[in-house]
Amino acid sequence: MNSKERIAKAAVSELLEGSVINLGIGIPTLIPRYLPNDAYYIHTENGLLGVAELDENSIDVERVNAGKLPVGESIGASYFGSSSSFAMIRGGHIDIAVLGALQIDQSGKIANWSIPGKSILGVGGAMDLLTGAKKIIVTTTHLANDGTSKFLKECSYPITSNRIVDVLITDKAIFRWKNNQYELSKIYSDVTIEEIVNHTEAYFAIPSNVEIIEVKENGE
Amino acid sequence: MKDKLAKVEDVIRKIEPGMSVMVGGFGLIGSPLTLIEALCHHEVSGLTIFSNNMGEKNKGLGNLLLQQKVKKIIGSYFTSNSDVVKLHNDNKINVQLLPQGTFAEAIRAGGAGIGGFYIKVGVDTEISNGIEKRIIDGETFLFQKALKADIALIKARKADRLGNLVYYKTAQNFNSDMATAAKIVIVEADEIVEVGEINPEEIVTPHLYIDYIVPSTISLRNYGGDSQ
Repeated sequence: MNSKERIAKAAVSELLEGSVINLGIGIPTLIPRYLPNDAYYIHTENGLLGVAELDENSIDVERVNAGKLPVGESIGASYFGSSSSFAMIRGGHIDIAVLGALQIDQSGKIANWSIPGKSILGVGGAMDLLTGAKKIIVTTTHLANDGTSKFLKECSYPITSNRIVDVLITDKAIFRWKNNQYELSKIYSDVTIEEIVNHTEAYFAIPSNVEIIEVKENGE
Repeated sequence: MKDKLAKVEDVIRKIEPGMSVMVGGFGLIGSPLTLIEALCHHEVSGLTIFSNNMGEKNKGLGNLLLQQKVKKIIGSYFTSNSDVVKLHNDNKINVQLLPQGTFAEAIRAGGAGIGGFYIKVGVDTEISNGIEKRIIDGETFLFQKALKADIALIKARKADRLGNLVYYKTAQNFNSDMATAAKIVIVEADEIVEVGEINPEEIVTPHLYIDYIVPSTISLRNYGGDSQ
């Protein structure tokens, strides 16, 4: 299991059964394979409520997720147009949005739509989801490719919303927004708190009862 | 009974220099590829295109972009088409970015006779710079003007000859909104049936929005696979 799969698996424990969930592009799209049953209703903003894990034998190029990748269709699924889909999002009808991020800071804000000077020209649906979903979970690798922390004192890239992210899940730990700050909630058994502190620029509180997520030697 | 069935080569001539054109599709999914191909062969310039992604690089609207017929694009996400990014960086094209839901709702409003609306999405971000703000029940909202166009080019799964439409899975996306928001709406459909053959309760876009119907001869399935 690689670090992205580890994050996706950990995210499942934060999803309440029966919820309507929007999954962003990247790590969040790995989540359906770890869901324990079919009582999780996956919404994709390009117009489908009822995304299912893809059956490789029934790929349909006109049945895709927000990353334009083919997806499956669950029993009870429905299709709709873009304005309806985003009315669901802004109107508060989506219980949880799981999003990727380029940066997240200790005030709870994320940057995931623009890098100054880079060839990025788009906002997509990230701002809408942050504004409208009832709960926001961000999944990201703890470190950027250059080894620096993505969990910062303050985002240096343009922020996506003023909305505070409720839960941050990385390949090292899970942080939860509590009493106006992030608190270390869970760590994987092959990571130490000292290692997390050393690899994180942001301030976060460390309570005495940090939960351990058991991982096997092969990382699963 | 009216029959809106038309020839692609005739309807594409409705598009004149300087016009604004809404084009359905999420990437290539649900894009009216037959009409886009005809537009690529139509002598026209200075177009303003409303499209979520401007197709893909060298595909769909991505082809039109390379023909220097487009002066402005309004949509939400163009990173997936590096040609848009390059033309924008070289100041050869004007790009207006909107959050995807704001883009869709502005089109819906345009088709519903609404002048504009206030929306929370984008508050305190770079895209709110210079935009009119209003406090409603203690929360800040941004003003968004409705969007309307001269022409809409859309794609449906099935149309009857009167213009009642049914869409296919996630190929609906912006098509049903754009069907309402242009002076002239041209739909291409995979299947065209007689009036009465579509169950009235299953019709998504009623015929009053539609002006012309053409058969779809280029679909994503025969266009070289998916957009990835």
